[in-house]
Amino acid sequence: MNSSLRLRAGLVSIALLAAFLGIWHLATRSTGTTTAMSPEYAKLMGLTATQGKSAMPGPLDVGAKLWEHLRRPFYDNGPNDKGLGIQLAYSIARVGTGYLLAVMVAIPLGFLIGMSPLLSKALDPFIQVLKPISPLAWMPLALYTIKDSSVSAIFVIFICSIWPMLLNTVFGVAGVRKEWINVARTLEVGTVRRAFTVILPAAAPTILTGMRISIGIAWLVIVAAEMLVGGTGIGYFVWNEWNNLSITNVIIAILLIGIVGMLLDQILARFTRMVTFPE
Amino acid sequence: MIDKFISIEGIAKRYPGAGGATTSVFENLWLSMARGEFCCVIGHSGCGKTTVLNILAGLDAPSEGAVIVDGQAISGTSLDRAVIFQSHALLPWRTVLANVAYAVSSKWRSWDRAKVRAHAQSFIDLVGLTGSEHKRPSELSGGMKQRVGIARALSITPKMMLMDEPFSALDALTRGTLQDEVRRICLETGQTAFMITHDVDEAIYLADKIFLMTNGPGAVLAEVVENPLPRDRGRTDLHRHPLYYALRNHIIDFLVTRSKTFAAETPGHDPRNVPVVQIGKPGLTIASNGEEQRQPWISGPSPGLTA
Repeated sequence: MNSSLRLRAGLVSIALLAAFLGIWHLATRSTGTTTAMSPEYAKLMGLTATQGKSAMPGPLDVGAKLWEHLRRPFYDNGPNDKGLGIQLAYSIARVGTGYLLAVMVAIPLGFLIGMSPLLSKALDPFIQVLKPISPLAWMPLALYTIKDSSVSAIFVIFICSIWPMLLNTVFGVAGVRKEWINVARTLEVGTVRRAFTVILPAAAPTILTGMRISIGIAWLVIVAAEMLVGGTGIGYFVWNEWNNLSITNVIIAILLIGIVGMLLDQILARFTRMVTFPE
Repeated sequence: MIDKFISIEGIAKRYPGAGGATTSVFENLWLSMARGEFCCVIGHSGCGKTTVLNILAGLDAPSEGAVIVDGQAISGTSLDRAVIFQSHALLPWRTVLANVAYAVSSKWRSWDRAKVRAHAQSFIDLVGLTGSEHKRPSELSGGMKQRVGIARALSITPKMMLMDEPFSALDALTRGTLQDEVRRICLETGQTAFMITHDVDEAIYLADKIFLMTNGPGAVLAEVVENPLPRDRGRTDLHRHPLYYALRNHIIDFLVTRSKTFAAETPGHDPRNVPVVQIGKPGLTIASNGEEQRQPWISGPSPGLTA
């Protein structure tokens, strides 16, 4: 029953994809010679004018170009012509660095705030004000103080991924069942051991959920941040290819951004399942 | 009292109420228990039974008064006083063995893994869970979970066990079995036990002394009922004992009517000198085996209980 449902769902997915690609192909194909012009002029005008081809690339163009990229993901022909693998690696490295820094700050801080009602009340107004600020609004300030565009991008990732983790850690730590805390208290378990043996495992699913939200936001923000700071990364690649009017490459980049984002989310989802306990 | 192993001396618990007023759950509560005694507290919800237990455990502090255990005033929780929680309170991410081992390694911090495991295993065997030690709490039935809770409490070899309605969430059959086991274990190990219950039969079967509390707020300990049944009583022939119904009716009468009216009817009640009811003892007015069982009865203050 379950496997047959999955099989049927898979078939429907494939059918939908085929339909989408088919419509895309039909909508962008050449319609044949439209106007007669001299061969030199036709060469200047390109296929869009001569063959009625849409300016939008079709699925076959995108597929061919994607294959080209996949065969040579790591080539480096200078600042404006690097393989997609290199660009993605830059983006992932920035996201990874900023995200890990945020983990190192958010989880211990969240623990402190969650365990201390005083800190929780004292820091609440700051968190409430800082949380809704668009991470990109920090960019000028970061560029001015850090004076390094790449590090500024990492800072932007840090600042955008810290909030969901911090708030979820606070929520998870403050919401640990009283009876579990009481078990530790009756066993005279010290504060540090209690934090690691009771509070951390009990709050871990909530903390991991925050981390999963954060990685999603970080991956959303890195594209925009790299469009601003330029130089390297998948966001810069998208903007560079837009300036080159290579819509094919833009589409390929969009596809890859989606796939990498999905993989990052799946990794965190797996970690979340590892720490989730049935009750 | 000859041996006052546990002595609750004039404790009160007050909470700030609306508009600056304070709500008092109970005031000036005195209570004592001898070593190896099994005591049950019976009273309606809201009379502060759980608060008394939490204060005994050290999880809660009294607004006034002190608790003395084994000659020392308590401050905070202690490994000497194990708690069996109503909701079993097992850590769901740990296996049965790891839950018990957590308690064992908390008590004996220098023990190595093998020693902790062996000790924990022996208590899992004691409560009859051999074979389930690697299961997680979610894979166990309610009765099995509470057995783990009992094993965890016993594994630290406490001086006393505190039980907050440990069997109230279980079905009647499982409850009976666990009552048997708790009784057996407490008799074997000479545990001092303090148990909260709503179940009159449970109290009669398990307790040496039954504390009756009036309704809160402002609850008082009204009477201490001594259980006249022999110590080697069995579940099956309990109700055949000549004093069984006298005892049971006395408690039920208290719960049904006197718990509400006690404060009004007994203006001279001395909380330090709570009357001890000895059902069926010579010189007392209660019928031991006859028609007048339902007649409520209070004995005079027992000289022994004077603190």
